[in-house]
Amino acid sequence: MNTLSTEQDDVHGELMEISLGPHHPSTHGVFRMNITLDGEIVVKLKPVFGYLHRNHEKIAEGNTYLAAIPYTDRLDYLCSLTNNWAYVHAVETLAAIAVPERAECLRIILGELARIANHACLVGFLLNDLGTSFTPLLYSLRERERMLDLIEELTGSRMMCNFFRFGGLRSDIPEDWLQRLRTYLEGPFARFLDEQDALLSGNEILLARTQGVGILPPALAVQAGITGPMLRASGVPYDIRKVDQYSLYKRFEYKVPIGAHGDTYDRYMMRMLEMRESVKIIQQAMDALKNAQGSHIDPKARNQGLRPKAGEAYARMESPKGELGFHLVSDGSAKPYRFRIRPPSLINLTALEDICLGQTLADTVVILGSVDIVLGEVDR
Amino acid sequence: MLGAGIIKGLRITARNLIGSYHDPNRLTTQQYPEEPARLPANYRNFPFLVLDAPSPDEEGTLRCIACKMCERECPPQCIRIEAARDENGKLQRRPKIFEIDISICMGCGICVEVCPEYSIEMDHHFEVVETERHQSLLLNLQRLSKPNAYFHQINPNKATASDKAIAEKKQKAAERFATTKAHTPKDSK
Repeated sequence: MNTLSTEQDDVHGELMEISLGPHHPSTHGVFRMNITLDGEIVVKLKPVFGYLHRNHEKIAEGNTYLAAIPYTDRLDYLCSLTNNWAYVHAVETLAAIAVPERAECLRIILGELARIANHACLVGFLLNDLGTSFTPLLYSLRERERMLDLIEELTGSRMMCNFFRFGGLRSDIPEDWLQRLRTYLEGPFARFLDEQDALLSGNEILLARTQGVGILPPALAVQAGITGPMLRASGVPYDIRKVDQYSLYKRFEYKVPIGAHGDTYDRYMMRMLEMRESVKIIQQAMDALKNAQGSHIDPKARNQGLRPKAGEAYARMESPKGELGFHLVSDGSAKPYRFRIRPPSLINLTALEDICLGQTLADTVVILGSVDIVLGEVDR
Repeated sequence: MLGAGIIKGLRITARNLIGSYHDPNRLTTQQYPEEPARLPANYRNFPFLVLDAPSPDEEGTLRCIACKMCERECPPQCIRIEAARDENGKLQRRPKIFEIDISICMGCGICVEVCPEYSIEMDHHFEVVETERHQSLLLNLQRLSKPNAYFHQINPNKATASDKAIAEKKQKAAERFATTKAHTPKDSK
């Protein structure tokens, strides 16, 4: 933190402008906030991003449709499986590729596993921002490590999975892997969830620091285009899995947690509750797998040398952070003419100033943590 | 009661602390440099080329036929292939130059998927340290080639499946060759 300038103001006295980031552990990557402080109270906050810009969209426009899949892993690297899914979903919409039932079930299992891994990680980091030096974070990372081990065994890579293909998945999932995932989710992971709940959800210090802090009113959330757990924490029942009913989500029974206050505590609770619902979805999807038709990929689907007919498609998905959408325009060639990503992290950040105004500097860090951003996706 | 949540939480941390001495579920640290890393068979890092050797002592031949499929599909364009030519300048079905720049490679494994000859596979070797970043990270044909026995060692299931697929392919080609040979004289009459 370095002081940039001081301003004189008749009402507030001396204001102080500080630059938090880009190299600061609490900004979750290379994110920077220019904050103007009146004492300890935030009166102005300007998010500055772009430090991690990698020209993803243009790279994808210069590559074939298949070659863009590994790049989507690098968007939101905490849950690359859902990024893969959103992209192949868009290409499948564009080129009218059918997905077999078994592939859809396996996709749901992987997508929800990615959601659990993301939320487990977020809960740990959020508490770390609060100053609970590492204990809850290490418990979270320990569980994420197990999930990453399972993902690595299946896809070959811990984070850069590159596992989804147009019309299905790259390879089938062996039965013993699914069995191990089920044993893990019902055993050590269930214990972790209960313990984390007991450790944190009723903790007086956590309640004092998060309840009533950083309130996002539902009207503002809708106007700003906020999606995902952050929107639902404000009490707006909007989950794309329920609204669009893509894939096979309509077959499964699960609840969408809704918050009441829109404060940091509700945003934290959304993640804790969603993990439990995701476990339920995975269990149902595994049961549905026994009667599912087809194989892990549509044998007629082309991956190499795919040339969709000229046209455009927008497909969206409920990624762990919100609405992840891909807008593709095809001119009939092997490369997309336009490749546009709607990143939930970036758009959820646009409300950051509104919810931070009037809060203290220490709370700003916690609020940013509860927004759940990954800079790979914000800057692309 | 104020503080009840904190006491409850302390019980959890105590359970984790004691559990870390006897419960493997609570202590998951791998002592990596002292103990070798545990890698699953599917693990992928950088590509290598498979050498088919009739016996372990012989050098073996590359499966690669220089079709340039991987070069074309590689997302970051880190592969460069030049096919060999004979003395008359006719293209041969083997590479003269095959280079992979692993400072660019992102280990996505798309080259493995598109290879029609089961020639390129993903390696497990991840401890790549060099003191110079240009030539030493540009793997040439010699550094890329590794025997099939090595592939069997790192990923036995996939290596066996590839061997089987190649044998089937060869058998089919031989059958086709035999039938065309049997039919050609009749057809030409």
